[in-house]
Amino acid sequence: MNLTTILFIFLSVLALGSAIMMVTRKNPVHSVLYLVITFFAISGHYVLLNAQFLAIVNIIVYAGAIMVLFLFVVMMMNLNIEAEPQKNRLLQFAGVISGGSLLLVLLAALMKTKGTVMIGEGDYGLVKNLGKVLFNDYVVPFEISSVLFLSAMVGAVVISKKEK
Amino acid sequence: MFLVIDTALIIEKLSLIVVVVLTSLGIALYTTFAERKVAALLQDRRGPNRVGPFGLLQPLADGLKLFFKEEITPNLSSKFLFTIGPALAMLTALMTSAAIPWAGKATFFNREISLQIANVDVGILYIFGVVSLGVYGIMIGSWASNNKFSLMGGLRAASQIISYELAMGISIIALVMVTGNLGLKEIVQQQQDNNWWNVVYQPLGFLIFMICAFAECNRTPFDLPEAENELIGGYHTEYSSMKMGFYLFAEYINMIISSAVMATLYFGGYDIPFVNDAQLQQGALGDWVALFQVLCLLAKIVAFLFLFMWVRWTIPRFRYDQLMNLGWKVLIPLALVNMLLTGGVILYFNK
Repeated sequence: MNLTTILFIFLSVLALGSAIMMVTRKNPVHSVLYLVITFFAISGHYVLLNAQFLAIVNIIVYAGAIMVLFLFVVMMMNLNIEAEPQKNRLLQFAGVISGGSLLLVLLAALMKTKGTVMIGEGDYGLVKNLGKVLFNDYVVPFEISSVLFLSAMVGAVVISKKEK
Repeated sequence: MFLVIDTALIIEKLSLIVVVVLTSLGIALYTTFAERKVAALLQDRRGPNRVGPFGLLQPLADGLKLFFKEEITPNLSSKFLFTIGPALAMLTALMTSAAIPWAGKATFFNREISLQIANVDVGILYIFGVVSLGVYGIMIGSWASNNKFSLMGGLRAASQIISYELAMGISIIALVMVTGNLGLKEIVQQQQDNNWWNVVYQPLGFLIFMICAFAECNRTPFDLPEAENELIGGYHTEYSSMKMGFYLFAEYINMIISSAVMATLYFGGYDIPFVNDAQLQQGALGDWVALFQVLCLLAKIVAFLFLFMWVRWTIPRFRYDQLMNLGWKVLIPLALVNMLLTGGVILYFNK
């Protein structure tokens, strides 16, 4: 067993463990913090795949911005166990079934993939190669997704604006 | 990448890490002293001058005082998070120093050593990412204290840092357009070869970056998270003893690191002004050039630190709505204009 394998196992255990903790915690602030740890473990996996750009962007966008906003909202609402409303049994079942079917679809999609990426090989993830691929082969989808983001932003502003 | 354990490399990097961390801690210690002296200078007082010659031992006395104070953990706080808050603030503050190049290269024991802890391929983004994590220390600590004033301070810190990160990121994009590179070492080398520092190409970008750096460090005029006349002590109201010391210390280390980043990105980093460093290293001076480079970077850092203090003791604090207006309605549009102008000029000259 070499160092890379040990790191891989460590990061996987960390990611899965903190993800499970995230779901099972009663206190929402603790859940958010466990989710942050999960993001870090996933970023570690990206670094092992030599995709430094993806790793850092994952940290900046998810851990650094989105989760801070989540934490912000959770802290401001001051959610705790006493304030949590009793959930409907039916709703819980519906949640489990829809979550399970999503998992099934994801698993089926992942089983079909070919060309597994080996740890420690390839330099797809370096900024230069990523930029070339993104702006040559995938320009149109890239630009369309940026328009999508813009419309989402405008929508958020419209919703949050007070009606006069 | 397969990781191979190389003992010599590990020893090299470990000693580099120890030196860099200890130096930043030492500078931070004396920055607290310098802050009081500069405040005294600006207010026409003498400042601390009782402990040791010229008061030079004052920071040690302050540190000892913090260590010996009683440590209080509030009854209703979440104990673990209460402890981890200041630790996280300190950790993220120190982690940024890993990507900063302190000098070119030097030879020790027949080994050519690059004086940078990690030459990250995406250096700027690494620093940007770690800085954005700094807010966790404040938020976790403030929430775990179970005090409304602390929480208000923490929420202010979070919203302020997120707002100013946007303008900072856009000003960095303009800089990256000019340099075409994300690694900090490459950016410094480019500035050495060009003879012009990046601040000449990006004056507006530098101004925006500097204002955002002030906001990210929670320094006056942006120190609303700890506005004492509104929030008692802000996010560290409940903290005492060395935990409190860690929060204060992390602020000073953040100042040092952002000064180093500003010097590296816009003011040539370890480049010695008016001299060709590479020629000197070939010539009689040899590896002593590396020492001069470190001193040069330190001189630039000290200049920026003085600016931080000068501003703190000159300009009063913003009101909260003024802070948000400045961030969202002035700095972000300005940064966008700067980015468009930079892109346009580069396109025009490359045609």
